[in-house]
Amino acid sequence: MKFKDTYSDRLLVQEKLEELRNITTGPWSIMEICGGQTHAFMEFGLRDLLPEEIELIHGPGCPVCVTSLELVDRAIAIASQKNVIFTSYGDMLRVPGSEMDLFSVRANGGDVRVVYSPIESLRIARDNPGKQVVFFGIGFETTAPANAVSIIKAKELNLSNYSMLVSHVRVPPAMHAILDSPENRVQGFLAAGHVCAVMGLAEYQPIAKKYHVPITVTGFEPLDLVLGLLETVRMLENKEVNVKNAYPRAVLYEGNLQAQRIISEVYAECDRQWRGIGLIPMSGWKLKNNFSEFDAEIRFNVGTIHTKESDICISGQILQGLKKPRRMPGVSENLHTPKPFRCNDGII
Amino acid sequence: MCLGIPGKIIEVREIDLTKMGKVDFNGVELEVCLEATPEAKVDDYVIVHAGFAISVLNEAEANETLSILNEIDEINRQKN
Repeated sequence: MKFKDTYSDRLLVQEKLEELRNITTGPWSIMEICGGQTHAFMEFGLRDLLPEEIELIHGPGCPVCVTSLELVDRAIAIASQKNVIFTSYGDMLRVPGSEMDLFSVRANGGDVRVVYSPIESLRIARDNPGKQVVFFGIGFETTAPANAVSIIKAKELNLSNYSMLVSHVRVPPAMHAILDSPENRVQGFLAAGHVCAVMGLAEYQPIAKKYHVPITVTGFEPLDLVLGLLETVRMLENKEVNVKNAYPRAVLYEGNLQAQRIISEVYAECDRQWRGIGLIPMSGWKLKNNFSEFDAEIRFNVGTIHTKESDICISGQILQGLKKPRRMPGVSENLHTPKPFRCNDGII
Repeated sequence: MCLGIPGKIIEVREIDLTKMGKVDFNGVELEVCLEATPEAKVDDYVIVHAGFAISVLNEAEANETLSILNEIDEINRQKN
């Protein structure tokens, strides 16, 4: 396919890998922010081909993994109510709450449906006027505009039986949290290409300057990943601090202005709990007051949520790049629910 | 969840007050919301996340990246 095949060209990738080996003196610890990039590095077998001086640290960029236990439990409580059709991206159904997951709700008779997009949830709401349809609005900046459009359209179409349980998170505050940690080892970042396709590059410059870390906006094909590393390593070797774009076919400096308008129409920034990490100030989005009628947290009073997290799970340290997934004491035959790394983004 | 993939727009239309498009992902056709890419038209390639186009791919940039790479490739081949 156009825009895809050439970026998987074996010879080109090999040549760029050779160039990477030639310029790397290292050692360098580089974080790929996005779970999709982690997945791609593994899928294409690139990790084993990198110079040994480069250590890849997997970042917190998987919204399934970082959605707070409190919100997962709240989703389960709402989905368990009669007269509710609970809709979600598929990955969230396997994420364990304190007692069960959304799949269990379905097994117990709840109407939990997997949707490919929030627009599908809107249609379910339109087709089921006698039911309350709730969408689990998780995601980073990439899915925020899609989820926001569903709220705008629900208002336009007067769909009073549609609401969203909002769990949006943002990348830059997470980078601040990682870099502020006394245990931080990250020296450079591959920024998530599709987050930047929406938000642009401007918000990364202050991070690069404040912490002296080079940042390269990076795509997801094998060649994109190697080009992102090349730019980052080149800056590290030259002691250059900058934000570069190795994914210009999809990312403009200013991002997608229309998507940003949609986001700012619907959401306001808020503090957000990240599973395994804790509270990161102003790291999330919530619905603005004029859309609060579509806020599932307000519409459904499910009482106080008492969460119970596994005390041996090291997921938070993995998400901050402090530990490697292969040393996960929480995942064993003895543990009933290996949590929370059960998404498809490759951290498992 | 975060898989963003490029596809080619083969149809644009409005459904329920929403700009939608039919997008071909290497033979698989899916309905995609085009509200954030108002400039997108038939034959454009878009990056799609969760059924929502977030970026129209820039062919000139893609060609430039590849032509630079091919040039370097050619120089390296000549050196060897």
